[in-house]
Amino acid sequence: MNAAQAHRAASAEQAEMGEKSPFLARPRLGERAAELLIQAVALVAVAAVLLIIVFVGREALPVLTSAEVHREVTPQAMLLPRSVGGESVFAWQPVSELPTFNVVPLFVGSLKVTLIALFFAVPLSVLGAIYVAEYAGRVARELIKPAIELLAGVPSVVVGFLALVVLAGWTQHAFGTEHRLNALVAGIGLAFAICPVVFSVSEDALRAVPASYRAAALALGSSRSQVLLGVVVPAASPGIAAAIALGFGRAIGETMIVVLASGNAALLDAGVGRSTRTITATIAQELGEVVFGSPHYHVLFALGALLFLCTFAANFAGERIVAGMRRRMGVSG
Amino acid sequence: MSPEKSPFHPDGRRSTGADVGLGAVTFAACFVILAMLGLVLGTAFVGGAATLSWDFLSKAPEQGMTAGGIFPAIFGTAALTLLMTVVAVPAGVATAVYLNEYAPQASRTARLVRVCIANLAGVPSIVFGLFGLGFFVSTIGRGIDQIAFAGHPTYGKPAMLWAALTLAVLTLPVVVVASEEALRAVPRELRDGSLALGATKLATIVRVVLPEATPGILTASILAVSRGAGEVAPILFTGAVYFLPYLPTKLNDPFMNLGYHVYVLATQSPDVDRTKPLLYGTVLVLLGLTFVLNLLAITLRARMRRRLAAFA
Repeated sequence: MNAAQAHRAASAEQAEMGEKSPFLARPRLGERAAELLIQAVALVAVAAVLLIIVFVGREALPVLTSAEVHREVTPQAMLLPRSVGGESVFAWQPVSELPTFNVVPLFVGSLKVTLIALFFAVPLSVLGAIYVAEYAGRVARELIKPAIELLAGVPSVVVGFLALVVLAGWTQHAFGTEHRLNALVAGIGLAFAICPVVFSVSEDALRAVPASYRAAALALGSSRSQVLLGVVVPAASPGIAAAIALGFGRAIGETMIVVLASGNAALLDAGVGRSTRTITATIAQELGEVVFGSPHYHVLFALGALLFLCTFAANFAGERIVAGMRRRMGVSG
Repeated sequence: MSPEKSPFHPDGRRSTGADVGLGAVTFAACFVILAMLGLVLGTAFVGGAATLSWDFLSKAPEQGMTAGGIFPAIFGTAALTLLMTVVAVPAGVATAVYLNEYAPQASRTARLVRVCIANLAGVPSIVFGLFGLGFFVSTIGRGIDQIAFAGHPTYGKPAMLWAALTLAVLTLPVVVVASEEALRAVPRELRDGSLALGATKLATIVRVVLPEATPGILTASILAVSRGAGEVAPILFTGAVYFLPYLPTKLNDPFMNLGYHVYVLATQSPDVDRTKPLLYGTVLVLLGLTFVLNLLAITLRARMRRRLAAFA
């Protein structure tokens, strides 16, 4: 074989392996333009994420940098308590004579409501997912899964309304809560919103457990419940953890349910039955009335930026776990 | 793999008490989740059915929101979601076409786009509201005013256009994910056949792939409309108002909206007892709208998946 032949063979191989098939019609100018246009549109998603970061960040930044904002509120004042008559007070009172912007009650409120939501939603959704993945027949599964998707499609303002008019009365009747609208009502309302997420991610995780795991456990003489609790659920546990992380991200970012159901008083306490104000509800209720460019305005954007970071971290963690699990179990898609 | 199809399923073996107990507990959990859906639908229907009438759907609110109907809110929601769809669906379908038809498997750009789509889907809706205000209203809108209207606030205020664009960004991931599924469902043989006949790649996509994927793209659009119609947080600061004496006809008009109407009636009503029927009625209309759209999308998608399974 001489050098020219070798070269020809090599380039033929290259053509076969490359993306461009030799059988494709030669690309024309219009083709190329369309491809570039489509690629440019695809980059809109990238641009959107960047623009969200830039423009929410831009309005939030003066909280850290602007001397004018610092005359009314500093980052320290947002986090540390203020001493009133010898007592340490964490107060969010943006529209009072002496406005204070302590965000600790809001963070505690968001966290409290989110944890209550997870407390209800996680056991229900994971057990429900076990039923659908392991026990339900084909027909039952094909009815239950779309129904849960329909629950996911209920607008959050409708769930919030339901919490306001129905759940609030029920919980007050059952638990004798101090305030009619409180963290518990909001948390249960949020559970409606996150059950579908936790359910579907958990169900995917359970179904991704290879059949060989089940077979091996059964061959060793395990009963069905032993197979499930001893093998299948532990194998799916990273996926279930991801489901919880995604549910957390969804719950902490949910707005309309908590606005309607939580009572919205910025009290700093752990009481489940007391009125609570979250970060999201604070932004929703106050941004419409603030003076554009005022310290209060920038503080609300800073809250939004922090919220973005929280959900970003939760979602990132959730997706990494799911991706890792897919790789390990050799499942694609 | 489903247990009843597994050859390893312990049929014929006696179930232990724990087996039966676990089955019962998991079934009960599933039942509770389904009961949540039932509770939502039941409450809205029982409370709202009596209010529903032609007048309620076709009239404007009267006497400070305590009488009349919700036609402007229905109109505003329809116009808003239509405008949103006009932006989100073409952009989302093009993104899906790029990811599924053009981008090489291991392409960095494609991976970046996918990561961003996933992130966008996780951004809280209230943050979209902040973004809409900070970017569309304050930056783009005011920029247009500076250039074209000598600083006179024309576009630099909350308006239909900005709310629709904000919602379009929010629903983009919905459209992309569902459209990509639709494109993946188009059998490779159809593309190969078209290319073998000498069609260009673009012609193959436009004439063969997209027509085949139409039901799936329709599903994607319906899901986006349903999502957009129910969102309130992103439009709080970008254009929704609780009363408007005229119907919005221009892009820079503010608008009424069903979800926002529910929010305002539920929180700021001066006379709770008199607004309650209207509130329930509005909830029923909004829930009915999103429910029917979702049901339609799920049905269409199930049909598409069955067809795909038949091909495979």
